Amino acid sequence: MKNKIIHKAKGLSDRAVAWIFITPTLLLLLAINIYPLIYAISMSFTNFYANKLGREIKWVGLKNYAKILGKEAIWERMQITASFMFWTLLLQAIIGLSLALLLNKKFKGNELLTTLIVLPMMLSPAVVGVFWTYLYNPQVGLFNYIVNFFYDFGSFDMIGSSTLAPWAIVIVDTWMWTPFTMLICLAGLRSIPNYLYEAAEVDRANRLQQFIYITLPSVLPFLLLALLFRGIENFKMFDMVVELTSGGPGSATELASIQLKREAFEKWKTGYSSAYAVILFVTIFGFGNVYVKVMNKIKDR
Amino acid sequence: MRNKLAILVSSIVFALSTTHAVKSESITLGWAAWDPANALVELSKDFTAQTGIEVNFEFVPWPNFADRMLNELNNKGKTFDLLIGDSQWIGGGATYGHYVKLNDFFDKEGISMNDFSDATVYAYSTWPKGSENYYALPAMGDALAWAYRKDWFDRPELNSEFKAKHGYNLGVPENWDQLYDMCTFFQGREIDGQVRYGAAINTERGSEGITMGVTAAMYAWGMQYENPSKPYDMEGYFNAPNVVEALEFYKKMYEDCAPPGHSDAYMVANLDAYKSGQVAFQMNWYAFWPGVSKEDADGRVTGFFANPSQKVSAATLGGQGISVVNYSDKKDLALQYIKWFAQPDVQQKWWDLGGYSCHKDVLGSPDFVNSAVYAQGFLDSMGIVKDFWQEPTFVELMLPMQEHVHDYVVNGKGSAKEALDKIIEEWVEVFEADGKL
Repeated sequence: MKNKIIHKAKGLSDRAVAWIFITPTLLLLLAINIYPLIYAISMSFTNFYANKLGREIKWVGLKNYAKILGKEAIWERMQITASFMFWTLLLQAIIGLSLALLLNKKFKGNELLTTLIVLPMMLSPAVVGVFWTYLYNPQVGLFNYIVNFFYDFGSFDMIGSSTLAPWAIVIVDTWMWTPFTMLICLAGLRSIPNYLYEAAEVDRANRLQQFIYITLPSVLPFLLLALLFRGIENFKMFDMVVELTSGGPGSATELASIQLKREAFEKWKTGYSSAYAVILFVTIFGFGNVYVKVMNKIKDR
Repeated sequence: MRNKLAILVSSIVFALSTTHAVKSESITLGWAAWDPANALVELSKDFTAQTGIEVNFEFVPWPNFADRMLNELNNKGKTFDLLIGDSQWIGGGATYGHYVKLNDFFDKEGISMNDFSDATVYAYSTWPKGSENYYALPAMGDALAWAYRKDWFDRPELNSEFKAKHGYNLGVPENWDQLYDMCTFFQGREIDGQVRYGAAINTERGSEGITMGVTAAMYAWGMQYENPSKPYDMEGYFNAPNVVEALEFYKKMYEDCAPPGHSDAYMVANLDAYKSGQVAFQMNWYAFWPGVSKEDADGRVTGFFANPSQKVSAATLGGQGISVVNYSDKKDLALQYIKWFAQPDVQQKWWDLGGYSCHKDVLGSPDFVNSAVYAQGFLDSMGIVKDFWQEPTFVELMLPMQEHVHDYVVNGKGSAKEALDKIIEEWVEVFEADGKL
């Protein structure tokens, strides 16, 4: 019997063996990833409420999509999310790359400093959200104290003011995740072979030229990869902001994912929020694809 | 060998049977994590002593309370046998079949709803409102009230300065105008070398905080959610000029009287602001007064008063009824607990331990008013309470209210009328989707 099986297996083509190996993973992927996606898409065309189980589920066609895309409040949340993403990515790219350049120099305490800088990234976002509410406290908060130490703005409330609150979440996210971009950039910097710089020196290239023609192009694919991860993460940012501002004041920091959670799991508008989730998915999927294409082009260059 | 095996088998059987016995004789009760919950743990020891049924507790912090419990109910979870659910959940609990209807049980056990304060039976037990369908036993009476720094009010120099300015004495405010005068009087004032502020009021965005704050003003201005003779007709009622005025007043209170950074505050934040000596007033639930009072044994520091009236006398309802969860496998044990809890002597002990009984024997006893400094206020408040919508769709109704009211009061966006109009617009959508309109 055993011999028979071995004999049979030996007779299989490479392709068949590959399929045998890949099938369990594929099935798992279908069950936990593709099936829920298809189910969510199908629900997005209904008026289903997950908390009203006895209620008849009606097919409503594209009504949910039309409602969402026509709603001013949704576009506001999209703008809030876009601006949050733009500023966090920009700041994290600039500061992360700068830190990486600094830490790429050999100096005493370099490793200790790297470890210290990386610390915020290791904390839980919810914890970070909670303790920054204390740092931002206008009466006793360290943040306000430090800002006022340099220039006296008087009493200001980072979380309670609609103009400052969006910056409050950008600052915290940047504080927490810049180390991540820094680490990846550092890996990129360390992978640049030294002979490139030596050759450049022979060619009498100055420091700035070396940076523009060697360092930047070499590190750019790494930086872009880090930003892709950060972009995807921040598009679905939820916990840190909820703990910090609950989306407030009013809805000044209510990111799309926070609004989606409220529609889906507080109001239980399952059909409507499925449509919302599909729209968000298509958005990030589209952006992600374009971004990866651009990134690959840069890498090829 | 055989002996060893026999011992092993019998010990396994014994272990299994004892765990089984423990399991079948225990129930789990869910509530919010706050002071009265500790009192309930203490009280329930008597139940265990009398019946042998262990009571396990799961207390969820307030900001996540509704989320956690309603998810559990929607998923037909068996975690809880008993639930002390918020008053607004009663509609959903009844309509979606989460709670066991208790009428037959009450009849069988001779528990009469006439023994409990009428306002609490109406608020915590019945659905549809005013009917005689009971889905909970009133467990914890509560309303929004105020605490103030009596020790500051008693200082002659402060009082004379206040009187010179406003023409009347510092004391329990008779209406919201006086409350505002007093709050602004203390705002930014230095007392004993520390800067103090007016009032810690509800401004929380995430769950129900700011709604539970603004409605305290709105009810006092005579707000009605809907046309009394035409249900769900809200235009001209919920956005009537008096409601607009109340909302504007609350914004004024937030801007002129709240301590800095009090933009996302509810129960605990108000308590903290008060206990740390930042504010002259705090708005909070009666549930917290036993704790506040305990730290002030001689009653010199803190005084309490019911929500001030403005155009009418009214207070925001808090509090909860205790219900049996329909998905529980131990409904009979849970019902035993309710039967025990409904007894007058247990209810008296409940009040003595720091819970707020709704039983008429307790509230009507001659000693009640003198049993705590806030007891009279509690009695007064429970006669004038009003609640938010208790519809099955209450969360859908709460969220737009939170958003637009916070947007107006804290964020300063738009006008009060616009905020109320937006809320009505979204409420109409909810009622339409629910087939009520």
